[in-house]
Amino acid sequence: MWDYTPKEMIERKSLVINPAKTCQPIGAMYAALGIHKCLPHSHGSQGCCSYHRMHLTRHFRDPIMASTSSFTEGASVFGGASNLKSAIKNIFTVYDPDVIAIHTTCLSETIGDDIPTIISQCEIPEGKYVIHANTPSYVGSHITGFSNMVTSMVKYFSKKLGYDNGNVNIIPGFVNPSDMRELKRIMDLMGVKCIMFPDTSGNLDSPLTGKYEMFPKGGTQIPDLIDTGNSMATIALGKFASEAASIELERKCKVPAYTLKMPLGLKATDEFIMLLSKLTGNTIPYELEEERGQLVDIMVDCNHHYHGKTVAIFGDPDIVIALTEFVLSLGMIPKYVLTGTPGEAFESQIKEMLFEAEVDGKVKSYGDLFTLQQWIKNEKVDLIIGNSYGKYLSRAEDIPLVRIGFPILDRPVQTYLPIVGYKGAMRVIEMITNALLDRKDRDDLDQDFELVL
Amino acid sequence: MNYSILEERKKSIIFKNDNAYLDCDKDSIAGSISQRACVYSGARVVLNPITDAYHIIHGPIGCAAYTWDIRGSLSSGSENYRNSFCTDLKEEEIIFGGETKLKNAIQEVVNRFNAKVIFVYSTCIAGIIGDDVKSVCKDAEKKFGIRAIPVNSSGFLGTKSKGYKAACEAILKLMNNKVEKTKEPSVNVIGDFNLAGETWIIKSYLETVGLKVKSTLTGDSNCELIKSAPNAWLNAVQCAGSMTHLAKRMNEIYGIPFVKISFVGIDDTKDSLFKIADFFGDSDILLKTKKLIEIEEIKIKDDIYHFRDKLKGKKAAIYVGGGFKAISLIKQFDELGMKTVLVGTQTGKKEEYEIIKSIAPDDAVILDDANPAELELFLTENSVDVLVGGVKERPLSYKLGIAFCDHNHERKHPLCGFVGAVNFAKEVYESIESPIWRIVKEI
Repeated sequence: MWDYTPKEMIERKSLVINPAKTCQPIGAMYAALGIHKCLPHSHGSQGCCSYHRMHLTRHFRDPIMASTSSFTEGASVFGGASNLKSAIKNIFTVYDPDVIAIHTTCLSETIGDDIPTIISQCEIPEGKYVIHANTPSYVGSHITGFSNMVTSMVKYFSKKLGYDNGNVNIIPGFVNPSDMRELKRIMDLMGVKCIMFPDTSGNLDSPLTGKYEMFPKGGTQIPDLIDTGNSMATIALGKFASEAASIELERKCKVPAYTLKMPLGLKATDEFIMLLSKLTGNTIPYELEEERGQLVDIMVDCNHHYHGKTVAIFGDPDIVIALTEFVLSLGMIPKYVLTGTPGEAFESQIKEMLFEAEVDGKVKSYGDLFTLQQWIKNEKVDLIIGNSYGKYLSRAEDIPLVRIGFPILDRPVQTYLPIVGYKGAMRVIEMITNALLDRKDRDDLDQDFELVL
Repeated sequence: MNYSILEERKKSIIFKNDNAYLDCDKDSIAGSISQRACVYSGARVVLNPITDAYHIIHGPIGCAAYTWDIRGSLSSGSENYRNSFCTDLKEEEIIFGGETKLKNAIQEVVNRFNAKVIFVYSTCIAGIIGDDVKSVCKDAEKKFGIRAIPVNSSGFLGTKSKGYKAACEAILKLMNNKVEKTKEPSVNVIGDFNLAGETWIIKSYLETVGLKVKSTLTGDSNCELIKSAPNAWLNAVQCAGSMTHLAKRMNEIYGIPFVKISFVGIDDTKDSLFKIADFFGDSDILLKTKKLIEIEEIKIKDDIYHFRDKLKGKKAAIYVGGGFKAISLIKQFDELGMKTVLVGTQTGKKEEYEIIKSIAPDDAVILDDANPAELELFLTENSVDVLVGGVKERPLSYKLGIAFCDHNHERKHPLCGFVGAVNFAKEVYESIESPIWRIVKEI
């Protein structure tokens, strides 16, 4: 299927082949779905909104609601103000959300629609909110869009009211609802009161009740979003998706900001828990120590299965950075590490990790899967970790794929099972080990085929 | 939960017995959560199945990413089309123009892949910054001796329908000027995209009755065969919404007549086969057609009876892209003894809604460009047993505890022809009869 890709690497300047990213608005839409009773609104042509809903639907297998300004040629020439105004009116009339979270598209950005001015000219019902983020598709990636919408939540809602609410703010990054649940569980065990934003758990993994709820029970509550300004600290998980909002909150409300790696793997989870303990003075409960001990036990039990195996990792920067650290701790060799999202910090962080581990690996931000395939063609790896698009690579180069990241369009249930925290790390080890062992079982000659591995 | 229905939307929802006029073929209302997509999306879904062409999306990355191999159009030859090529426009190009980047991108494709035919799609952004895609393509053709065909598909120009037209115009540019009709009776199958191999089924029927299938468009097609499409005697148009324009234009330019056909459901499959046979007026073809139908009907008779027995009296809802498919589906549910209580489409035309009105069961609700809230309302009010729809309708249906059948991108088995009729009945039956709904009802 991807058999034509040549080994020879020639620099490409103008053409992206098989992208490892997508565009800002979908990230903004996803973030907005993490506010309670919020309807994301796409200010642009219908196609954008339709595609984002479709893509998110395929990944989460849950209804994804978002409205659009339905630009036509007229709106594109004369501006989209009247479309947006009637959209806001119609949305409050029909769907009655508490918040409309508008994100722009490349079209509305380019024609220069001034969203705050348009919002200010609208009549917004008492107690309701309209917020916005600028998310032109020609800047950054879906991760940038996520970051921009979360930052807007701070800009619009966070307020310093001069008291300490005793909370720690957590910005979880572009992860699944299951990961957000797991982070909340860890904080609960730590006895930490927290405000997580955004929080898509309960919204995009809602239970089936036989009734359709356009606005399910989940999501960060508005009073909590306002109250983030009175928390003792903000922990941003992941530099790319979460840091900007935490810095904005520090600037606006003087809430100290801390950026950590996404807590995926042993070390990153340790750091997260240690920071929670340091900030609150709470001791680490036995349950977490037990989980950590189990994880280490598993790492010891399984180490011979993956030690020394080479791996190519691609996907969203925060996930890839944490995964690289984790697989290094497992004794694996991340030969190729790539993200589609632009950012020098990605390359420098990974290079440092590889240098410390004395691994000779290739790193690229703003890369695509064509480049990754060419690297693999020049020197093969044992395993690929990435989203569903890795399946073409996996097939063409005959290398097993572990699906982690966004989007996963061809495997169910993954949005219900976490990859963060000690529990998540156990699951990642299970996925990696089983992929390698399944492969071994398939490839082994009869004389090598064994029951016990 | 019941949402109010927007005043402006009320004319787009009618009950069959009301004898009211249905408002359709209009722009969507801002903020009403349309299930529709854009011009680019229409163009891309039509052209993408051309297997050996290179499809360069001139725009930001999203347009390329979301349309990357999502259609499930199968190929018996090249797999080029399953890749994603994009100029991934950046801020700088938005300010200074993206033509240079596009020129380079074409060059990179030509150098790297030995490309012979490249389709270049204009997206919203290419349109709004005024890139002259046409002239870039013209220059590239001269410079490299290839075909570079611009597709005028800026998203904001309208709905998917307009994109279909842009795609048809792009296909025409690929066709030969010289027409030498084939000696033997031949036909082009157009408007089938080979989802789950459906083009192959239609092709096999036509070949069995003694017709040469000159080209299939665009399912499992390639550039060479498209070039020779004007040599055929007849165009058989399966998806009327997307490709009637091409058929009309080929009639104007090459004098090829066309018939609208549908291989969705047994009755429509039979009618379509006869329609094509009648066109040729050849007794041998007609005889073979009768024979084919006879044999195929015998093959599926037992299965269909079996499913009809199980499905009789169940209530169905339809929400699909185009009007023609909706019409065929109503008939198909009739064949299965089921009653269609809701029919809606994203981009149905006035004539199509007239037909829908005439064949839909009494009391059926008919809606154009419906939003999820309206769908929910009418699905629940009518206690529907199964919904036929696309990607976005599936989880909605499931959340309501209603069985579902995908008749669009996500299907993994063919739903056309005689074999498709069985597959359809089987899928509807299996979805309705899944033990899961008993658990859901207990909640």
